Amino acid sequence: MASSGRPLDLDPRGVTPPHVTRGPRLHRRAIDSLGGWRSDGAARWVFIWPSVVIILFLSIFPLVASLTLSFSKLVFAKGRIEVDFVGLQNFQILLFGTERTHLLGLLKPPTPLGWVVFGLGAALVARTLLTSLTRSRVRPIGAVLRVAGAVALSGLLWLVIQTLFSEGGRPGSLVVTIVYVLAGILVQFLLGLGLAILAVQPLRGRRFFRVVFLLPLTITPIGVGYMFRMMTDTGKGPLEPVFGLLGMGQFTWVTDPWAARIAVIIGDAWQWTPFVFIVLLAALEGLDQEIREAAFVDGASHWQIFRHITIPAILPVSTTIVLIRLIEGFKIVDMPNILTGGGPGTATQSLTLQAYLDWRTLNLGRSAAIAYILLLLVTVIATAYVGWARGRIRRI
Amino acid sequence: MVSRYRSVAAAITAIFIVTACSGSTPSAAPASVAAAPSATTEASPAGSSAAQDFSGVTVNLLTFNGPQVAEPLQRRAPDFEKLTGAKINVNAVGFQEIYDKAILDLSTGTNSFDAFVFNPQWLGDFTGPGYLEDLSSRVTADPVLDWQDIGPFFRDFNATYAGKTYMIPLDGDFHMVYYRSDILDAPPKTWDEYLTIAAAQNGKDLNGDGTPDYGSCIAKKKGQQSYWWIISVAGGLLQSQGTGQGAFFDTTNMNPLWNNDAVKLALETYKKTMDYGPKDEINLGVGDTRGLFTTGRCALSMDWGDIGTLALDPATSTVQDKVGAVITPGWTQVLDRASNKLVACDATTCPDAVDGVNYAPFASFGGWSGAINAAADAKKKDAAYAFLAYMSAPAQSSEDVTLGKTGFNPYRTSHFENLAPWKAVGMSDAAAQNYLGAIKSSLQNPNMVLDMRIPKTKEYEQDVLDTAVSQYIAGELTVEETMTQITDGWNQITDQVGRDAQLKAYQDSLGVQR
Repeated sequence: MASSGRPLDLDPRGVTPPHVTRGPRLHRRAIDSLGGWRSDGAARWVFIWPSVVIILFLSIFPLVASLTLSFSKLVFAKGRIEVDFVGLQNFQILLFGTERTHLLGLLKPPTPLGWVVFGLGAALVARTLLTSLTRSRVRPIGAVLRVAGAVALSGLLWLVIQTLFSEGGRPGSLVVTIVYVLAGILVQFLLGLGLAILAVQPLRGRRFFRVVFLLPLTITPIGVGYMFRMMTDTGKGPLEPVFGLLGMGQFTWVTDPWAARIAVIIGDAWQWTPFVFIVLLAALEGLDQEIREAAFVDGASHWQIFRHITIPAILPVSTTIVLIRLIEGFKIVDMPNILTGGGPGTATQSLTLQAYLDWRTLNLGRSAAIAYILLLLVTVIATAYVGWARGRIRRI
Repeated sequence: MVSRYRSVAAAITAIFIVTACSGSTPSAAPASVAAAPSATTEASPAGSSAAQDFSGVTVNLLTFNGPQVAEPLQRRAPDFEKLTGAKINVNAVGFQEIYDKAILDLSTGTNSFDAFVFNPQWLGDFTGPGYLEDLSSRVTADPVLDWQDIGPFFRDFNATYAGKTYMIPLDGDFHMVYYRSDILDAPPKTWDEYLTIAAAQNGKDLNGDGTPDYGSCIAKKKGQQSYWWIISVAGGLLQSQGTGQGAFFDTTNMNPLWNNDAVKLALETYKKTMDYGPKDEINLGVGDTRGLFTTGRCALSMDWGDIGTLALDPATSTVQDKVGAVITPGWTQVLDRASNKLVACDATTCPDAVDGVNYAPFASFGGWSGAINAAADAKKKDAAYAFLAYMSAPAQSSEDVTLGKTGFNPYRTSHFENLAPWKAVGMSDAAAQNYLGAIKSSLQNPNMVLDMRIPKTKEYEQDVLDTAVSQYIAGELTVEETMTQITDGWNQITDQVGRDAQLKAYQDSLGVQR
């Protein structure tokens, strides 16, 4: 651990900053003591290796371990737990075996509307693929990955169509999760944007409402789940008189699959809209007012200013916030678990809840297999979204 | 710089490979997680119980937070401590967690629990690997426990597995139908009559509070204890040739008996009861439906023995002495296993039928029972045994089975013969005779349906059956899809464990002498 004895150059141009030369002696001594780490070799051992080891143990190793687990089955024997390698059995059960309808749902031929939706969706995927392949220089591996992604997206779309746009079809936990994510993000983004626009207006009490709008974010998701469980109880809950007045006294949120799913989406939106709100509020407040004022002077309407100036300006932030919510949304578990217990039946189970329930019943192999299916799903959709968003931002 | 990155990358790869290949197991632990050294000292064969000195001994016991079941254990633990010096820590968890916590604790050798009060159906999973203490010599030599006073079914079936006694019964469980004796002239004998009565009573004000009430209340919440009801409804359609015939699998090849006209009718009947129940019945647990019945809101309900005693509590019940209990309704037809079709009951097809009705009362669950961790310290085993024997002894249990808050129902001969404790809690002679008579008639029925009791019973019932039935009543599956899902799921478990081994275990479980 050799030391050159020279002070560390903090400035990239090699000039010692004035505050260092003028600073107290103590500061100088502390910085001098770091001089020994200028050696790249020593720095590598001291700074990089610990990080690498920590990352290996905390991130990569569990990832590999859970992948191994997904190919295994636990057997409880006398005084020990045996881990039997079962190959692809867990995936086979989930995708083709007894858990197929639980995971993928009940697949039926699409209705005419289903065919139209699928046609439009497939055309959009194909167009995006062609654009990405022709507009930029793509390496062969990149092209292969793009095609694979497009095929996977089309497959997902076909699954959604066969379960949601078909006679007698029923979504499994995978499609239910996609519904939670897409519907949830749409509701959260629109509400969050609307509230953020309201909160930047020079209205009385806006400081108060900014705080109020943020409150749901501070409550633990389990607390939100229990709160919504009470509120959706039309017979004994605090909103019972309201439901009675609306003629919904005999309605129950928990007995109808779609009502239960909508209740989950509402609860999730209530919890996470403030997150979207606070980020978009910051983005709106950071906008350059001069451009807006110039447009106004030029005769632009409020809508035109919003459409052509505000939206493009906050698009990068919006893209990021949607990506964050997209990845987070796929992991939804508290709300369906507390609000409906995954029911009625398995109607509100998300992939994470299904994995959790399998884990709780000690079926760790199948739980890990579901987790890897979820990982694949998130990767495909998030990558496709980032590719699409990047193209949109470039065009602005 | 490039070479520096290469060396870092090589090092990362090396660590990655080393860590990935360090074992074929998915966790940091090796493939076989060794158990902690277990106590090798043979527990003393001493009899019971309260007279022994266990000062300084603490017993950790795992059970169900009903809040029933945990209640009597927690209530009597201080009394036991005064008598013996042993401190009993009652760890109560949710129904879904008991099995997992217990088996993980035992299999990993953590052994944080010395005793358990859980489901006797799980014995196959717990005795196979040797997790539980063999209590055979203790129970027969214990005058305080009075083993012979315990009903033969609970003693020889619930408490025993493969010829050895592993459990001490604390509860006796049978499904029965409860009805409002002040409203109905006669209880239902068949499930068709059940539906007819439920339809007639539904919407009437049954408790005089001015609001419409329900014809039938049956808990149907997934993940609780609801999956047993469908077995009660299907029992009389599936089994008519006596207990040994079985109602779950073909006893020659272990093929499930749950994809046929009998189960189809049972499922449809079960779902039909929802038309006459609370609108959110699909989300109600047994605690909810018991509360509805004892507040006078239901004309009919199906339950274990609990409603009979809960209805006595003046603090919560508005139907004291207005409750009747009767053997679970039967059917006038039964499954012909050769053709897989339903046939009418006659002397051949239903030899035990009464007035043409084939009854098949379901010994659902069997009753909460206590077991001891074989790896526990010898002194703790003694203390745990003494506590369980103390709880089961006639002096304590004859009082506990009369209290609705305990969740314990009668299981000793003395519980049925000595009516004094029942009268002491406010049950009239007639009500006591009716309530105990319903249990006795179920217990003595030659066509009683035994609950499943083979390795992986928890997966067969609690995972596969519960999920499929809950999906069916939620409208997610058709009746045909439900039956297919049940049979496919059961076959999958059977094949994973080994069909021959499971078949033998099932045959053995049906060979019990009552």
